[in-house]
Amino acid sequence: MSPPPEIQAGVVADVLSAPAPDSRVRRRGLSLPIVPLAIVVTFVVVAALAPLISPGDPYEQSLRSRFTPPVWDERGTWKHVLGTDRLGRDLLSRIVWGSRVSLAAGVLTVLLATVVGAAIGLVAGYYGGRVDAALMRMTDATMSFPVVLLALILAVTVGPSFVNVVVAIAVILWARYARVVRGQVLSLMTLDFIVQARLAGASAWRIITRHLLPNTLNTVVVLLTLQIGYVIIVEASLSFLGAGIPPPMPAWGTMIAEGREFVTSAWWVSFFPGLAILLVVLAFNLLGDWLRDTLDPKLRQL
Amino acid sequence: MTRFVLTRLAQSLVALAILSVVVFVLARATGDPLHLILPMSATEEDYANARRYLGLDRSYPEQYVTFVARAVTGDFGTSLRARRPVSELIAARLPNSLKLGAFAMGVSLLLAFPLGVMAAVHKGTVVDRAAQVIAVLGQSLPTFWVAIVLIEVVAGRLQWLPAGGVDGITSYILPGFTLGWFVVAGMMRLLRSGMLEVLDSEYVKLARVKGVVEARVVWLHALKNALIPVVTFAGIYFSILVTTAIVVETVFAWPGLGRLAYEAITSRDFPVIQAVVLTTAAIVAVVNLSVDCVYGFIDPRIRYAR
Amino acid sequence: MPVLDVRDLRTHLITRWGTVKAVDGVSFTVDEGETLGLVGESGSGKSMTCLSILRLAPRPAARIVGGEVRLDGDDLLRKTGREMQRIRGKKIAMILQDPMSSLNPVFSIGMQVKEPLAMHHGLRGRALFSRAVDLLASVGISSPADRLLAFPHQLSGGMRQRVVGAMAISAPPRVLIADEPTTSLDVTIQAQYLRLLKELQQRHRLAMIFVTHNLGIVARVCDRVAVMYAGRIVEAGPVEQIFRAPAHPYTKALLESVPRLGDTREWLTAIDGQPPDLAALPPGCAFAPRCTSVMERCRVDAPPEVIVGEGRTSRCWLSVAPSPPRRDAGLALGSSDGPPRA
Repeated sequence: MSPPPEIQAGVVADVLSAPAPDSRVRRRGLSLPIVPLAIVVTFVVVAALAPLISPGDPYEQSLRSRFTPPVWDERGTWKHVLGTDRLGRDLLSRIVWGSRVSLAAGVLTVLLATVVGAAIGLVAGYYGGRVDAALMRMTDATMSFPVVLLALILAVTVGPSFVNVVVAIAVILWARYARVVRGQVLSLMTLDFIVQARLAGASAWRIITRHLLPNTLNTVVVLLTLQIGYVIIVEASLSFLGAGIPPPMPAWGTMIAEGREFVTSAWWVSFFPGLAILLVVLAFNLLGDWLRDTLDPKLRQL
Repeated sequence: MTRFVLTRLAQSLVALAILSVVVFVLARATGDPLHLILPMSATEEDYANARRYLGLDRSYPEQYVTFVARAVTGDFGTSLRARRPVSELIAARLPNSLKLGAFAMGVSLLLAFPLGVMAAVHKGTVVDRAAQVIAVLGQSLPTFWVAIVLIEVVAGRLQWLPAGGVDGITSYILPGFTLGWFVVAGMMRLLRSGMLEVLDSEYVKLARVKGVVEARVVWLHALKNALIPVVTFAGIYFSILVTTAIVVETVFAWPGLGRLAYEAITSRDFPVIQAVVLTTAAIVAVVNLSVDCVYGFIDPRIRYAR
Repeated sequence: MPVLDVRDLRTHLITRWGTVKAVDGVSFTVDEGETLGLVGESGSGKSMTCLSILRLAPRPAARIVGGEVRLDGDDLLRKTGREMQRIRGKKIAMILQDPMSSLNPVFSIGMQVKEPLAMHHGLRGRALFSRAVDLLASVGISSPADRLLAFPHQLSGGMRQRVVGAMAISAPPRVLIADEPTTSLDVTIQAQYLRLLKELQQRHRLAMIFVTHNLGIVARVCDRVAVMYAGRIVEAGPVEQIFRAPAHPYTKALLESVPRLGDTREWLTAIDGQPPDLAALPPGCAFAPRCTSVMERCRVDAPPEVIVGEGRTSRCWLSVAPSPPRRDAGLALGSSDGPPRA
């Protein structure tokens, strides 16, 4: 068989390889995760407006009305919709104020970790070589260190406080951001526009801030959202252990711990703060999952 | 491979050394430990005696060397609360923690593997959806709260299982389940996404084209590849497990290392905290080291690269 | 009797948005030692046709809903899953799109080469080893015994392709399906690999199906060609004839878009319009919206398959039309978008 003369084998046009229209993207559209979004927004508003929204004073004790059950119980009153704890403090008010602590801890910690982690990731990815190797070793070592141990040391030595919790978690958490951002930077570095910028003599600072950072932003936002939930849980666990937010400040973890002994007679004291944690964390996780699927499907493993 | 393991070993040792410095410095930086040890009524002379007795009158580097030298031989001093050698306390509690951890890990793996793999193989079916619900709940439920609810409902109201103590296999169920919950969720998620990616690959297609039996395709050809991300994250999951264990042991009154840590914090028993932190860190280091070895075993690209 | 005889094969994809007829009544035959080129755009159903032959179309979405796939007269669509397992790799082998990533990175070459030998021929131990060594040697791999111990990442790209080739002919099979095996390779390696495939085919008298969207390759390796569009074969016949005088406007357009030696055109003529959306095909001919010689009739009725010459078929009203039967297609196709030919 001989090829027709006018066709040069080897000189080949792949005209047929044009991608088929991606009917999935076209048809699916963007469906916002309404419920998780609503939950997150609600909690943020509640936290921001706690002084206005809270039905009562979260610190006000009343021995006479201690362990009042929630309103739907026959002994409950509308004065304490979700009941009271062992000191007669209004649970709803404490949960409302507690949302400030949880969200603040979550957001602050994650922001701190993001800034540090992204910076290290960018530097490691940009410079590569020994800098990269050294920074990544550090990252590996940090990543596998249990947060709780560090928080425990801080709690015992410096005393438990909000700042300690944020610092203890952020000190461990940055490593994940560093890892992910570095990975992204490494793949970006091979792309033409970065090579071009370097050839044009752009400074390292300029390339990092103008080219690399904006291109890793999607990933960082996804990771940030996914981690807020995790941080809220860790903060609550630390508070629960007495190594986190010290009483009498209303933190959800502390509240659960305080109600633990009375769970049989007054289940609501521990139950409602736990429910609040579950809702917030679930909402953040679903939101993060959605963001990841929308912005950056490659990150399936996070 | 040997070099790779040795490097990792050296790194772990360095990490441990840094941690010991942190622990040591923090202990000194935050006030005189004697305030915690001696009664309120102690005189100046008592302080001086105690200081000399505990070696606190010497320079910090000297103290550190002594501290490390003793720690290496397992001597962490005396518990302020129990008035017993810390090493004894650790020796009594560690096996319980290891047993509970092993139980939880075993159960987690038994659940996570079939679920994660089946979810990927039967993507979009009921199995997959159930797995995803478990995964997202597992990462959203606060462990200690689940523990409290379980104790109240299963052990309290229903009286099906014991709520605490270590007697018989039944006492492992509730704490084991609570402890493994998060790990199951995370591992399943990793396995599912890993399997989905791998099942889509050319080499899995080729295995099928070669006429390999489907079960072998899934559980050998695909799974061995999907394990790589799981192993990568295993170290992180172990450190989460340790965190969770402290909470779980506290809630279930499990006489393990975690409970010891909690007791030590509440009574500010510094020698015990120090010992627990360093012991745990050492265990974490050992686990990470074995994870690295497993990693090399699974992925020839790593085995031969270094 | 042809080795492979595919008759009216239909594979549907059941998706959330309705049923897509990915393979819609495809028929062709391949003889011993013959190479059939299967040409078409992405999504035209080439790969789905091949996977359907092996009954490996991705489930649960894909269903083979009709037709016959006769291998030496035996209908594969009636086989049990177990029987199919023994046919795959033994009677019909397939080389996938990307030979570079067709090897499992975590298993040794030996394990992967030995696997089908052990499965299909029951070889064990010493015999298995020496057969694997022979196989690697037969595709031109040097020091094959050492290579068996290596892992894919330790071999060069060219070596990996040869290993994949070795696995495909290990039985040796009756039919070899090569699904765009060269798309991911650069031109020099491409040529080498084509030579290897051709050589293996001749040595074992394989019936080969060569899936590609590269007409240059079709011209080099295929005896006959079938052009697919929207799940159907729109034109089929001997390569030389079709390349010389295509009957279907789609084939024509494809050939026009291939650069030729001494070409003075500045631009390649790509085919205007979007590739068809299989979920929303027009009522008449699927190519009508992009066809330069479209007629009223094309938008209403789908054209039947007609014989247009010795061993040639076409699915176009132009070929059926009573009016000028041998109309000059070049004129009819009007160079409304193409510059005049050199």
